[in-house]
Amino acid sequence: MSQPFYVSPEQVMKDRADYARKGIARGRALVAVRYDDGIALVAENPSSTLRKISEIYDRLAFAGVGKYNEFDQLRVAGVRAADLKGFQYSRDDVDARSLANNYAQILGQIFTHEMKPMEVEILVAEVGVTPDTDQLFHILYDGTVFDERRYTVLGGDAEAIGARMKESYADGQPLAAAVQEATKALAGDRTLVPGDLEVAVLSRSNGRRCFRRLPDDVVAAALES
Amino acid sequence: MSMPMFTPGTDPGSSFPELLKRVGLAPAVDFAGEVSVPHATTCVALRFADGVVMAGDRRATSGNLISHRTMEKVVQADQHSGVAIAGAAGPAMEMIKLFQLQLEHYEKVEGSSLSLEGKANQLSMMVRGNLPAAMQGMVVVPIFGGYDLRRANGRLFAYDVTGGRYEEHDYVATGSGMLHAGTVVKMGWRDNLDRSAAIALACRSLWEAADADSATGGPDLLRGIYPVVATITAGGWQRLADEELVGVFEAIANEVRGR
Repeated sequence: MSQPFYVSPEQVMKDRADYARKGIARGRALVAVRYDDGIALVAENPSSTLRKISEIYDRLAFAGVGKYNEFDQLRVAGVRAADLKGFQYSRDDVDARSLANNYAQILGQIFTHEMKPMEVEILVAEVGVTPDTDQLFHILYDGTVFDERRYTVLGGDAEAIGARMKESYADGQPLAAAVQEATKALAGDRTLVPGDLEVAVLSRSNGRRCFRRLPDDVVAAALES
Repeated sequence: MSMPMFTPGTDPGSSFPELLKRVGLAPAVDFAGEVSVPHATTCVALRFADGVVMAGDRRATSGNLISHRTMEKVVQADQHSGVAIAGAAGPAMEMIKLFQLQLEHYEKVEGSSLSLEGKANQLSMMVRGNLPAAMQGMVVVPIFGGYDLRRANGRLFAYDVTGGRYEEHDYVATGSGMLHAGTVVKMGWRDNLDRSAAIALACRSLWEAADADSATGGPDLLRGIYPVVATITAGGWQRLADEELVGVFEAIANEVRGR
């Protein structure tokens, strides 16, 4: 029986990370940004049926970029975990932090133990009762978690988009400004029309379920204002 | 709590009750022996021009005692539907909670709402699942009503203990005061009633049920407790404010006084 060649752990991890990063970089990016009444999520997504952004719970939203079937599997697991927790304890006990930790565990586990890492980057956003309790958790393919305060960028070309966001971001801006700024950051020197975008918000003033999708005409109005 | 992940063969799909079974949290329905629990009583629902009106009194009774004065038996199921319940209060509340969660869970997992008929069937299965408990006296008999966005009209469904589902065209009543409430609605119901007439008729039926059935509570002016009345139209579920009900019941009281 032949011995497999020795490959150093560093090399294995690096290869896996490269593989995941390449997969993610192939897809379009997504921006989540805070505005005066909550959090706006803007994704470049030409499909109007396959979603990158979706509702998890009353105050929680999920967004994913990369391989659709992989982040959709994570999305459904998140909805289940949140609904079970709310059923078992109370609706108030469902929070972004514990969900983000769960996701980080799963992604970390898969990254180190499976043949193939998940080619996804995901976001768990929670809109607080007051603006200072809004939370954005950005989770990478290897389970690394970032806790962002103002905005976050997922997907390929994140650095350039992040740099554009840094220039234009302002605290307490209205929704239209936030959508406009996120769209411009995503577009760079291209022009994006509402049909290329998937936009949703977690809005504090939306009742119990804060999540709401913005239809194309509302997005168009926001972009023109 | 760890995150529930399943292999394709064991995946519960978009069903919340199935998910509860997989993780071992499904509510038990078999009770040993007869138990005495608070009971909830009269609810009515009727169709009107824009959708449906649902109404229910607030009283829960244990035998001849009033065990609760502010129970809410008419509750929102989701954006475009509501449930009204009569029967054993505990299992009924549990069933409604699970039903609401199931509709929301489905909507989130699938990315779109169930059809109104799908929701009605879902509730039917839950009532059927309660049959072992019903045999021990824990009967739960709901009414389901909602606005069917595909057909653009209001629809009503009545159930029996075994989960039998019957679509009612005009109106439906359930609970111990159903005979009185149902008769009042039957006499006053017309096709295409407007909103205020439909609300007045629903309130009037509860008034008459409370007048003749000791287990049904009327408007409690002393404590300011009024029945739960809600409309479900294309714009969604809307519960009436007590201020509006005060006027409706005032009108009924004046009419009765003047007899």
